[in-house]
Amino acid sequence: MVKVLAISSTGGHWVQLLRLMPAWDDCEVHYACTSPDHEARVRALADARGTPVAGYHAITDANRWAKMKLVKQMLEVGSLIARVRPDVIITTGASAGYFAIRFGKLLGARVCWLDSIANAQELSLSGAKAGPHADLWLTQWPEIARENGPHYKGAVL
Amino acid sequence: MIFLTVGTQEPFDRLTKAVDAWAATHDEPVFGQLGALKPDSYRPTHFEWREFISADEYQAKLEGCRLLVAHAGMGSIISALTWGKPLLMMARRATMGEHRNEHQRATAEKFRERAGIHVASGEMDVGPMIDELLAAEANAGDALSAEASPDLIATLRNFIHKLG
Repeated sequence: MVKVLAISSTGGHWVQLLRLMPAWDDCEVHYACTSPDHEARVRALADARGTPVAGYHAITDANRWAKMKLVKQMLEVGSLIARVRPDVIITTGASAGYFAIRFGKLLGARVCWLDSIANAQELSLSGAKAGPHADLWLTQWPEIARENGPHYKGAVL
Repeated sequence: MIFLTVGTQEPFDRLTKAVDAWAATHDEPVFGQLGALKPDSYRPTHFEWREFISADEYQAKLEGCRLLVAHAGMGSIISALTWGKPLLMMARRATMGEHRNEHQRATAEKFRERAGIHVASGEMDVGPMIDELLAAEANAGDALSAEASPDLIATLRNFIHKLG
């Protein structure tokens, strides 16, 4: 069974990630989020789909202005990926997703970055940095797509 | 009940203040989730608020509200669409230190045509628009399906299983 790690920060990124759930039916799926809050709901949703959650992992919340937290988050994401050893990583951002892309590649996973639909005019900063390292690099707006990525293959809405 | 939510990262004083001014002269209850406030952030006096609420509380407030008032964040937009709530939103401005860049303005522009979504261009518009939307018993847009577009799901499935 393919082992998938679906990871994002909390808020809009997470809401978008959950809308992708049917993509990993029949996989062993682990979720990671920057809030411990969503575990019950994601387990209920996943059970209803018949693809139970193999693991839910809460990681430190961080952003570009909280450097120490960012370092902590990076270490947590690295250690999570080393423990779970997913075959595939899928992320909607932001910094946690960036770290997942970089560590994931290092440890041999195939990785996908789906840029948030909030970025209608330009890629997110983390997306611009992570995208070139991703095996599959997607945007949700056709006007942002480029020949060498990001590609447009539909949106979460 | 009106549910004001501005995300969890930064306060959004312009919107919070505008809603507080509205609440001062109206009986409709308001609940606000205001994010991590700074010492000099605006603290409303005319409605109940907290900086953070749990995912369950958020869900309960969302389901119980007549109108969702929010920053132009995708979480708020998807919540409103999914739960069939009318949404009044205002974009954060990077030039006013409310966000890291101007992407919320682009989001607001992209979604303003969608049924059930209303965009306040500035804080002066917020109060009058709340009045208008409540008076009209504003309808939400068409309910959203629970999943991403079939193309996107198929693309990710193929990627996961190394097909295509």
